[in-house]
Amino acid sequence: MTLTTVRPRLSPKVRLRFDRRTGRHLLLYPERGLELNNTATAIARLCTGEWTIDEMLNHLARAYDDVSPNEIRREVCEFLDVLADRGLLQAMS
Amino acid sequence: MNNEHRPYTLIAELTYRCPLRCPYCSNPWDLAEHGNEIDTDTWLRVFHEAEELGVVQLNLTGGEPLLRDDLELLIEGAGKLDLYTNLITSGIPLTFERLSRLHTLGLDSVQVSIQSTRSSVSDRIAGAPSFNRKLDAMQWVTALGIPLTMNVVLHRENISEIEEIIALAERVSADRLELANTQYLGWALKNRAALLPTREQIERARTVAAEAKMRLRGKMEVLFITPDYYSEYPKSCMEGWGRRFIVVNPEGLALPCHLAHTISGLRFEHVTQRRLADIWHHSAGFNRFRGDDWLPDPCRTCERRAIDFGGCRCQTFHVMGDADMTDPACSLAPGHHHIESARTQAGRTTGIPVLFEYRTGRGCSSR
Repeated sequence: MTLTTVRPRLSPKVRLRFDRRTGRHLLLYPERGLELNNTATAIARLCTGEWTIDEMLNHLARAYDDVSPNEIRREVCEFLDVLADRGLLQAMS
Repeated sequence: MNNEHRPYTLIAELTYRCPLRCPYCSNPWDLAEHGNEIDTDTWLRVFHEAEELGVVQLNLTGGEPLLRDDLELLIEGAGKLDLYTNLITSGIPLTFERLSRLHTLGLDSVQVSIQSTRSSVSDRIAGAPSFNRKLDAMQWVTALGIPLTMNVVLHRENISEIEEIIALAERVSADRLELANTQYLGWALKNRAALLPTREQIERARTVAAEAKMRLRGKMEVLFITPDYYSEYPKSCMEGWGRRFIVVNPEGLALPCHLAHTISGLRFEHVTQRRLADIWHHSAGFNRFRGDDWLPDPCRTCERRAIDFGGCRCQTFHVMGDADMTDPACSLAPGHHHIESARTQAGRTTGIPVLFEYRTGRGCSSR
């Protein structure tokens, strides 16, 4: 996935749901689910098809100013790979 | 609240009625002896209680859930609880209009099973003309933009079609393909001699499925559910007894799996008589095989006990006559020779057609 022009969007089959048992978010899809940490939730929320990955990184860098940009970049790329592998992302260019 | 015993999925078996008669059906043998189906209000209350207990996924299954004429109300109710609702169906009887209505009411995904890619074989295994209607149903699902899982229960007679099965799943734009080797319980255990593939058949299918999984990565999820008869270790049945799943059967019995009530000596309770949370946390049946204390040798000291929890309790009971033993599918189990002899028999009878004994559900209750 190139970082400049692609605008990731969650597949319509995905549902982000707050889990009041754990205080975290779950990403639900057919017969499966992922439990997300706070960063992953923030990333998932930005996968609307409006943001390029670069814009997502900038936004997250402002929101999490205690985390280094490299660390944010690593987490975003890893999480987007997890989603793409499972067919949970559509890339809008 | 700890998450060790937290149900994420409610499997709602809405009815045992079904237009098909597959010889590996997981419904009980004694369908005629079962009582009345629970009503709409009871199901809606069960969904609510399940959601409070932590459930986020709802599988509507059966029998054939489309035979419930209150399916619309149930899906609408599940939608209000924000449950991710999966309909697990044969695709019969269905119309495009009804599917569209169910989708509008909150249906999130659909799983359609086929018996073979060849219509004559599929119809014969299903015991009813059904293949072409299943194709229609799958096309309606994807036309409406609903994620589709295509499920095929694999056995000796259809496992050599693996390439055609994958091609069909691609053709109907399935989102997931479940290549589910038969689990030898219920009707499948009765029909094991006719169903169990040879090791060569399994290995070939596994290789083809692995190749498809790589090729289709990110496009279609390909799941090859390994048959425990040909594994070294048992499956992690239901991800552990009373850990992640609750099954409620058509009569309202709450269970850790579809067949738990076929194990003699266990006591399970009805959702009409006790709150689901009480049943989940406190009933004798749900607690019977939780944790490590009940584990037999060699599981007790085995490092895999946290992975497979000693395997499948129902299989152990139905093969060994004692649910407290290690699953005989495990190569370390004292009863493993039962599985080995079934495999040997499968190797010997290659090519000899064996008759299926069909489930007959005609006499079972209807609402």
